Amino acid sequence: MYEGPVQDLIDELGRLPGVGPKSAQRIAFHLLAADPADIGRLQDALQKVKEGVVFCDVCGNVSAEATCRICRDPRRDLTLICVVEEPKDVLAVERTREFKGRYHVLGGALDPLSGVGPDQLRIRQLLTRIGTDVSEIIIATDPNTEGEATATYLVRMLRDFPGLTVTRLASGLPMGGDLEFADELTLGRALSGRRSM
Amino acid sequence: MYVRHLQVTDFRSWEHADLVFEPGVSVLVGRNGQGKTNLVEALGYVATLGSHRVATDAPLIRHGASRAVVRTAVVNEGRELLVELEITPGKANRARINRGPVPRPRDVLGILRTVLFAPEDLALVRGDPGERRRLLDELLTTRAPRYAGVRSDYERVLKQRGALLKSVRASRNADISTLDVWDGHLARHGAELLAARLDLVADIAPHVAAAYAEVAPESRPARIAYRSSLGEAFPEAHDREVLEDALLAELHRVRGQEIERGVCLVGPHRDDLDLALGDLPAKGYASHGESWSFALALRLGGYELLRVEGAEPVLVLDDVFAELDRGRRRQLAKVAAGAEQVLITAAVAEDVPEELDGLRFDVRDGEVRRV
Repeated sequence: MYEGPVQDLIDELGRLPGVGPKSAQRIAFHLLAADPADIGRLQDALQKVKEGVVFCDVCGNVSAEATCRICRDPRRDLTLICVVEEPKDVLAVERTREFKGRYHVLGGALDPLSGVGPDQLRIRQLLTRIGTDVSEIIIATDPNTEGEATATYLVRMLRDFPGLTVTRLASGLPMGGDLEFADELTLGRALSGRRSM
Repeated sequence: MYVRHLQVTDFRSWEHADLVFEPGVSVLVGRNGQGKTNLVEALGYVATLGSHRVATDAPLIRHGASRAVVRTAVVNEGRELLVELEITPGKANRARINRGPVPRPRDVLGILRTVLFAPEDLALVRGDPGERRRLLDELLTTRAPRYAGVRSDYERVLKQRGALLKSVRASRNADISTLDVWDGHLARHGAELLAARLDLVADIAPHVAAAYAEVAPESRPARIAYRSSLGEAFPEAHDREVLEDALLAELHRVRGQEIERGVCLVGPHRDDLDLALGDLPAKGYASHGESWSFALALRLGGYELLRVEGAEPVLVLDDVFAELDRGRRRQLAKVAAGAEQVLITAAVAEDVPEELDGLRFDVRDGEVRRV
C-alpha cells in the first residue's frame, strides 16, 4: 500500500478494463515521473472525452458532432445498414473497406443477466430508420450466446417490413488458417453453413 | 492408451510428485490422507478439465500456493503426447501440448481418456439426478469433445433465460417479447444435447447390463433408461429437429408456470437417468451392495463403450476394493486385468486381489516411492 494520492491513482487505474494491479502500479509511477506537459495533454484528453464526445443521433456511434462522419458522408450507400453491438465493431468493419453502407450501433446485446433487454438497446431507433431507402440490413452482432439471441430478436422485428432483406454475417473459418487447427465448434458451423460453388 | 509419466506441482497436498507408470496394473498404497486420490484426481483433471470430487478449482491448489501444475505424458497407439495444465483459480487455465501453448484448454480433451470409479460414485445410484446427468455429459465429452461446447452454450442460454424469467416475475409487466427468442435458442441447443444423450444411453445400456451381470451375477438384471423432462410430450423419434419442436411446444405450454416460479422447467437440465433392478427402481430398493455394483456397472459400461469405439481409456479404481465383498472384488479384478492400463489406490495392499499384480508405489509423508 502506497501513501495518499499515489495509491488513489493506482486504485483508479486498476478499475479500468484490462488493467491489473501490477499494470496499474506501473502506469502510476510512469505518470509520476512524466513531463508535466504530457500529463496536461492526458488530462485534456480525459476531460474532452466526457464533454466533447456525443453519440450520433442517426447511428449511435461515437461522434464529435451531432451526426457522425459516416452518416454525413454522401458517398455512403443509403440502402445498406450494418447493425453492430459496439462502436468498436464499427471500426472493425470499417477496416475491411468492403462495406460502403451505413451503421447502426445497438449499444450492447440482449443480456438478461445484466438486465439488458430490448428497451436498453437502440432497437426502436433502428426500426424508425427503415424507410423506403433501406433495402438490406446486415446483422453483425457477436457470434456468441447473447449476440445470436439479439440477431434472432432483430430478425423477428424486421421480417414484417416489405421488401427488406435481412442477412447475418457468415461465421466459419479464418482466412490464412489451417483447417486442422480450427476448433470443432467453428469447423462445425462452417460445415453447416457451406455453400455450393 | 496409457499414462507413462505424471508430474504434479502444488496440486492438493502435493508440493511435488513424480511418477513413472507402465502399461498394465499400477497400485498406489498408502494410509488414508497421504494423497493417493489426489494423484489420480490430477489425471482425471487432464482427462475432463474437472475434478470428480469438487466443482471449483480452488481446492485443487496446494494451501499457500497460487497455482497448480499437472504435467503428464500419455502414450496412444505408440505415440506419446505431453500435456501440461496450469490451474489458477479465478482465471482461465493454461494448457500446453508437447510444450507448445494451445489457444483453449479444451483442446487437450481427448488426449487422455480415463474412466474413474471412486467411493463418491455411490451417489450415481443414491444421489440427485444431477449426478447421473454429469455421468452422461462427461461420457459425451470424452466420446466427442465438441459436446463440451454444446453443453456450455446450453448452460449459458439457460442462465440468461432464467434471469429473464425472474425479471418478468419481479415486474409483472416486463417485456416478455424476448422470451420467444430465448425459447428458440434453448430448444435448439437443448435438442442437440438431448439427442446426443439419447444416442449415448442407447449405446451404453447393453454394456451396463452386461457389466452388472458380471459384477453381481446373483442379483436381478439391471436396466437403464433416459427420463426426459418432456414427460408425455416426449416424441417417438429422436431426431434433433423433432426434439427441438417438442421442446419448443412444451416450453410454450408451461410458460405461465415458468413465469410464476421464475425457473426453466423444461430441458435436458431437468432430465434423469432411471436405474432399475428387475422391476424396481434402484434408488430406495437396492441394497448397499447392489447400489455399489450398479454404480460400478455404470462406470464399467462407459469404459466398455469407449473401448469398443476405439481408444481404450485408462481405468482408474480409487479406493473401491475395500467397499466390495470377496466375490465382487474377484469379478472386478477380472474386468480390470483385461485393461491396457489400470491405476488402483488402496489403503492396504491386501484389499487388492492377487490377480491384479503389477507396479506398486508407496505413498507416505508427501513422497511416492516405487517398490
